[in-house]
Amino acid sequence: MKDRSIHILNFVGLGFFEPAIRLAAGEETKKNLIALFKKVLLPVLAVGLFLILWHAGSSYLYNVEKDFKIETARIASGNSGVTTELERIETGESSINSLPSPVAVLGAFKTLLADHKEINLKKEAFALKVAPLNEKNLEFNRVNADKIKEGIAAKKKPIKYTGRPSFVDQIFTSLKTVFAGFFLALFLAVPIGVVLGLSSTLRSSFNWLIQIFKPVSPVVWFLLVYMIVKTFTLEYDGDVSFIISFIAVGLCAMWATLVNTTLGVSTVDKDYINVAKVLNLGVGQKVFKIILPSSFPLIFTGLRITVSVAWMVLIAIELLSQSPGLGTFVWEEFQNGANDSNAKIIAAMFVIGGIGFLLDKLMFTVQKFVTFTEEATT
Amino acid sequence: MAYIELRNVSKSFGTGKDRTQVLSNINLEIEEGEFVAIVGFTGSGKTTLINLISGLLMPDEGQVLFKGERVTGPSHERGVIFQNYSLLPWLNVRNNVGMAVKEAFRKMSKKDRNKRVEDYVEMVNLSPAIGKLPKELSGGMRQRVSVTRALSMSPDMILMDEPLSALDALTRGNLQQEILNIWNKDKKTALLITNDVDEGILMADRIIPLKPGPKATLGPEYKVNLARPRDKAALNHNEDYKLLRNGIMEYLIQIGEQRASKKDSNHVLPDIKPIVKIPPFRRISFN
Ligand SMILES: Nc1ncnc2c1ncn2[C@@H]1O[C@H](COP(=O)(O)OP(=O)(O)O)[C@@H](O)[C@H]1O
Ligand SMILES: [Mg+2]
Repeated sequence: MKDRSIHILNFVGLGFFEPAIRLAAGEETKKNLIALFKKVLLPVLAVGLFLILWHAGSSYLYNVEKDFKIETARIASGNSGVTTELERIETGESSINSLPSPVAVLGAFKTLLADHKEINLKKEAFALKVAPLNEKNLEFNRVNADKIKEGIAAKKKPIKYTGRPSFVDQIFTSLKTVFAGFFLALFLAVPIGVVLGLSSTLRSSFNWLIQIFKPVSPVVWFLLVYMIVKTFTLEYDGDVSFIISFIAVGLCAMWATLVNTTLGVSTVDKDYINVAKVLNLGVGQKVFKIILPSSFPLIFTGLRITVSVAWMVLIAIELLSQSPGLGTFVWEEFQNGANDSNAKIIAAMFVIGGIGFLLDKLMFTVQKFVTFTEEATT
Repeated sequence: MAYIELRNVSKSFGTGKDRTQVLSNINLEIEEGEFVAIVGFTGSGKTTLINLISGLLMPDEGQVLFKGERVTGPSHERGVIFQNYSLLPWLNVRNNVGMAVKEAFRKMSKKDRNKRVEDYVEMVNLSPAIGKLPKELSGGMRQRVSVTRALSMSPDMILMDEPLSALDALTRGNLQQEILNIWNKDKKTALLITNDVDEGILMADRIIPLKPGPKATLGPEYKVNLARPRDKAALNHNEDYKLLRNGIMEYLIQIGEQRASKKDSNHVLPDIKPIVKIPPFRRISFN
């Protein structure tokens, strides 16, 4: 049981729990105490130090801004100005937008969650209200199916909630975009990489193009995708911003996978190729049984980088495309400039970082699952 | 007509100034059912020679003939056991062997193929490990899988490239015996590359030294007229064996020295370790 859980934890990259479990089982107390100190206590201390520095920094910046406001008020309208300014700051009427403190960010986080619950309630109420109407629409579509086909009657669409999305909704929009972008990158980069890896002629033909497109920044990819997709979606009334952002994310992030796949496929161990030859393997068998598996470690390293890059560029691309994800959230809060806007931005920052971390761990776990090791590691 | 025949075969690697001729003017004939061993120093071109016969490499000059026909590429008829096992690390034992069976017997039903894989794995006593990955196996077990993979395609000839060099002495002895037992069943033509003269004498009908490269050629052949089955322990007291062994060793030492003196004459030689060890001599004379 203990060994199993340690194995699983190590497998998903949460190995830092290991010493705690071993301690609980009463194993090699001294060694595991040291390990616990190193792997758990030190990181916790580092986080604590970070919070203290952050708090000190934010209260310093707050005071600088506050002093400046009061000084301005004093110069403008003397001591009475100072009192009113102090009052206005107290009530939040005059907002001080500097770096928010950790407590403020925690508060903003709670506000966002409360907001999410509220919006959920609204959605439920809305769904309840439009349910009979949607039912009627469906009925209409069913009855008039023939007419709709002939184009005499228009198909009625179900009524959807169009209110403001909550923070959690936006997180899910971002995740949806990043996964769509990732799979686009996967389905583009891996096959192309395999083909380029197999043929040195094609490899050198496309080398320049790849070298040029690889370092192009997300903003430019967005604009490029926008130019093209806009034309294709002139008559499409769905979520164009989502389409544009996931394609831009995919194109921007696919290069690591493309390059790694090409490298992996073109540098398969000669021994394995010789095996394929003496066994007279056909092309299909050779590619799927030998070349691909032996390139898996490199392909997955590429895919892991692709996920990280996708998540990183996503925020910028969403911001530009106005797709209702975290990027848009951050940008709108910044434009908004309310009292707790900065705190919300920082809260979003932690959510973004946390999700990025989890995505990487996820890829790491998948990578361990599908790649081989030549030698036993223990 | 010899089963396999090499006529004036030469092979070079590299281009321009870096071009070196590894094998030069190799002539070799092996009859059907014969077990031939080639002994040579590391880096002298033994693997190159076996690759030429398997069809993985093409000669620059001369011809490689198998059953009278030119070898133009690898074929199921010549099974290869590689020096470093070359098992696919992502496939378990069953699939490593199964892949070979599938290619060699395309028309066979899936059930029959599975049966064949299991039978062959059983033959080298690896049935309990049939679901294991190569990394979970010891060196000896890995080489057994490699042997099984080559034999499961039922080749007309087996080519073995130092199959046992990487194993410890004990495992090595066991595997020599196992391979001999399997070979004894249908006495297929076999070519064994080795750097161990004892191994060659124990297993082969004929031993041919490969001189050190570059421009390696084959030395004089030594017939092994010892009755089979040969017993390793008993051989140590056999006068014929001692004579043969000493003869081959002396020849190898002599060409080894020639190579050492050639070094002075501006020849860049590969960084190689001679396999001539003195202790075996002593072991014999003290017996
Ligand atoms: N593909 C190759 N390209 C260039 N040189 C090679 C190649 N294969 C072997 N050689 C060289 O040929 C020589 C003989 O190699 P090899 O046949 O592997 O020797 P052995 O198997 O006897 O140890 C070595 O010096 C090696 O460096
Ligand atoms: Mg070799």
